[in-house]
Amino acid sequence: MSRLSLFIPLGVFLLILLVGYLGFSLDKRNELPSALLGNSFPTFDAADLFAPQTRVTREDIVGRPALVNVWATWCPTCKAEHEELMRIASISDVYLVGLNYKDDRHLALQWLADYGNPYDRVIVDPDGSLGVELGVYGAPETFLLNGAGEVVYKRVGDVNRRIWDDEIAPRLAHMGMTVAHQASGGEVLGHAD
Amino acid sequence: MLIRTLLLIVVALCSGLSATARAVSQVDIYHFDSTEQRERYNSLIEEFRCPKCLNINIAGSDAPIARDLRRTVHKLVVVDGMTDQQVRDFLQARYGDFVLYDPPFNARTWLVWVMPFVLAVVALGVLFFFARNKRGGKTLDAASQDRLRALLNRQQS
Repeated sequence: MSRLSLFIPLGVFLLILLVGYLGFSLDKRNELPSALLGNSFPTFDAADLFAPQTRVTREDIVGRPALVNVWATWCPTCKAEHEELMRIASISDVYLVGLNYKDDRHLALQWLADYGNPYDRVIVDPDGSLGVELGVYGAPETFLLNGAGEVVYKRVGDVNRRIWDDEIAPRLAHMGMTVAHQASGGEVLGHAD
Repeated sequence: MLIRTLLLIVVALCSGLSATARAVSQVDIYHFDSTEQRERYNSLIEEFRCPKCLNINIAGSDAPIARDLRRTVHKLVVVDGMTDQQVRDFLQARYGDFVLYDPPFNARTWLVWVMPFVLAVVALGVLFFFARNKRGGKTLDAASQDRLRALLNRQQS
């Protein structure tokens, strides 16, 4: 009995190791779980980037699976992400909505003219109030909506090739979306990465 | 020459300091209808955790999102006339439990709440285990005591 109790310190030590391992390996401090996950995308009323007089509402973007990408020209990671969004736009028919977040309209238009426009629709949130509705706390952030307008996945940080392949494309395929056009596959995939 | 260099350094330091002072003193200017409203605003922004900066409340952070949330809290209190609890619910619905420094007891947080009590029980168990072992070691049963007495007697004779 007393011999067995000699192992208690070792047990405690292993327990501390385990807690430390779990604590550090599971810690995703840069990825807050979205409070919207599993919930309906909120209603909104925002201006269109290309036509500021035109109002865009929730009804305009729901009804089919969609990616809502929060971006800004002041955000360096968005620049890194842009190429992947262009690739996604060319290989998949998912509805891409850009949410230009706390940005200057002219800089945003210039950006899309310079680097290409992957979006089907771009709406603007000049003061970040729509961002607060969405629980956005930086850029880039990307929401995946199903056809019913529910948020099924959220990515904080850039959508890169790995995130597309592992997280987004399978979910879109599950919704019955085309995630890679067969004919253009070769040439389009050729210059990525 | 030396004096001039020193002077230059002093001037450089001072201008640097005043630049920092200006950056820090960039405060939000808000209008309130009453002092009660302002006090509620001030205590509310102390209460929420900045989503971007991990361990600063939105009152103490200069992150853009903290500024947005302060503006949101101001609007909710002054324009929308929400109660403190309604403001808490509003932010929690959008940013999750993370923004609350006092998280609720639910399916996701129960482990954090329960763990101290579990550890206390484990600690008490360990203490009890050692205490009992010690006491058990001290007393001998009747047969062992007889053997011990016999051994001691043999030694003496």
